[in-house]
Amino acid sequence: MTFWLLLTINSVTFGGLLFLLSAGFSLIFGLMRIPNLTHGSMFMLGAYFGTTLLSGALGIRFGFWLAAIVCAIEVAILGALMERLLLRRLAGQELAQVLVTLGVSFMVADLCLMGWGGDPISVATPPGLNGFVRVGAAVFPLYRLAVIAIAVIFALALWLMLERTRLGAMIRAGVDDPQMARVVGIRVSQLFTIVFALGAGLAGFAGLIGGPILSVYPGIDQDMLPLALVVVILGGTGSLLGSFVGSIVIGFIYNFGQALLPELAYFILFLPMVLVLVLRPQGLFGGQIL
Amino acid sequence: MSTLSLGRSLAALVAVIALAALPYAIKEVYYVNIASQILLYAVFALGLNILVGYGGLVSLGHAGLFGIAAYVAAYLLVAGHGHLLAIAAALVASLVATAGFAALSLRSAGITFIMITLALGEIIWGLAYRWISLTNGDNGITVPARPAPFGIALSSARPFYVATLIVFLIAIAAAGIFVRSPFGAALRGTRDQPRRMNALGYHVWMIRFWALMFSGLLSAIAGILFVYYNQFISPQALALTASAESLLMVISGGAGTLFGPVVGAALVVIVKNVVSAYVERWNFMLGAIFVAIVVLMPEGLVPGVARLTRSIWRSRTRAKPNLPLTMGPRQ
Repeated sequence: MTFWLLLTINSVTFGGLLFLLSAGFSLIFGLMRIPNLTHGSMFMLGAYFGTTLLSGALGIRFGFWLAAIVCAIEVAILGALMERLLLRRLAGQELAQVLVTLGVSFMVADLCLMGWGGDPISVATPPGLNGFVRVGAAVFPLYRLAVIAIAVIFALALWLMLERTRLGAMIRAGVDDPQMARVVGIRVSQLFTIVFALGAGLAGFAGLIGGPILSVYPGIDQDMLPLALVVVILGGTGSLLGSFVGSIVIGFIYNFGQALLPELAYFILFLPMVLVLVLRPQGLFGGQIL
Repeated sequence: MSTLSLGRSLAALVAVIALAALPYAIKEVYYVNIASQILLYAVFALGLNILVGYGGLVSLGHAGLFGIAAYVAAYLLVAGHGHLLAIAAALVASLVATAGFAALSLRSAGITFIMITLALGEIIWGLAYRWISLTNGDNGITVPARPAPFGIALSSARPFYVATLIVFLIAIAAAGIFVRSPFGAALRGTRDQPRRMNALGYHVWMIRFWALMFSGLLSAIAGILFVYYNQFISPQALALTASAESLLMVISGGAGTLFGPVVGAALVVIVKNVVSAYVERWNFMLGAIFVAIVVLMPEGLVPGVARLTRSIWRSRTRAKPNLPLTMGPRQ
């Protein structure tokens, strides 16, 4: 019983992390029509930046949450730079853009290996969240509950941003019909940079937040990217609700698959994606952004 | 093949003789092995190019098809079966997997096609990596021996090179006939104008299906060559990096040209071996070359150089007749 409960908590936690990662991926995909293959790299960069900030190697010892925010900002800036300097030059050539993101992801992976070495780096759970919560006979690790809470808060904030703000309305317009959005005076190319930075920042944030659970190791980018991909195919591109539901579903499948059928974990992971592709190619929530 | 001029046939003949004489001209076995690697990757790139260059469908999962053939052959060889059975089973398994790829991925084109093939490639990689009881996981499978067709042992570098060359020549001839055939023309039609082709009564899905099958077949052949060349297969050969590498070969050489992928394969294999001898940052180089080629020379080396030489040639021949025209208004 405890086993199943813990597995469920782990699944929801992992789903929350995946949501932080894939919400940005989905928005970028929806708006720019390209899968950003550097998204896993952004996650990894956030995590590695975070370990450096936490270790105090820069002279100041950052707290965990401050470090997470700083990494998010750093990675967001990198994302914006990449969009401005590389992808902008290839505007309208989606294929070339995808290939460039693929090339950059290899470069980032190798640079991280050079900078932080090949050994996994563990990230300490932030102080105060080391404990457990007891509900009856069940024991819940506090940090995992915190991650779930953070994911829910971000989901609500993103929803409010998309639904209630002017920027959100412009993004929705851009996802729906970029040409028409341009015609009515929305600077869609500026939106590209904003959404790219936002998505990258969220991924970088998720990287450090996931650190205490996953630790940081070379290749984590290639582990996370396909997961984001599956979430987005499952939920439908550009759909916030889709990435939320998709993340939770994939969180469950991933954790239960790893625990029960480790040999076929990947196969089971990609199975729902294949089913969705055959039965509902636009994704479960394709065509609706929220 | 009637479209080939005499000059071109002669050039092809000279190239074939030069390739056949290569292992006897170079002394070091190391370089003979690199030449074998180039040829086996050229077969792989030729296959991918059918899809990418002529069909306009960019796949990031072809290392999976390559890997299935390699793993099936390795598994059967280790189990003690003969080479003929192992090769036949590897080809069949890979073609079945290709048909599965097609069923799932050909519903879409463009970016979605890339994503689906990427995910399918990751599934196959995941199976090779995690299904340890079957694939031995990260430790890979070591193949006992290379085959000895017609009593000629391929265990040393030079005979293996010649065998790879024969396979390569058959593959490039087949690819040449394929792309010059009416079917190849129809395939290019589906790349450029899928809707018009559909309106003209062509079955776009079916054309793409057979192109994917052909490309899967060449990938499988390359996979079998790979497993015999290395006498070893591990999940690394199926990873996304491997798919990206093969795509880099196609794009750097020139997608949609017959010889582009061969040049690309040579470029990647040489850079990989030369660079990895000096620095271990091969992945960084791969990424940087990828970005540079996409941004600076998107049409690839072969068409890019052809364009440059053409424009130089033109500017020379044009120099004289242009003169009166430019002088005209002043007179």
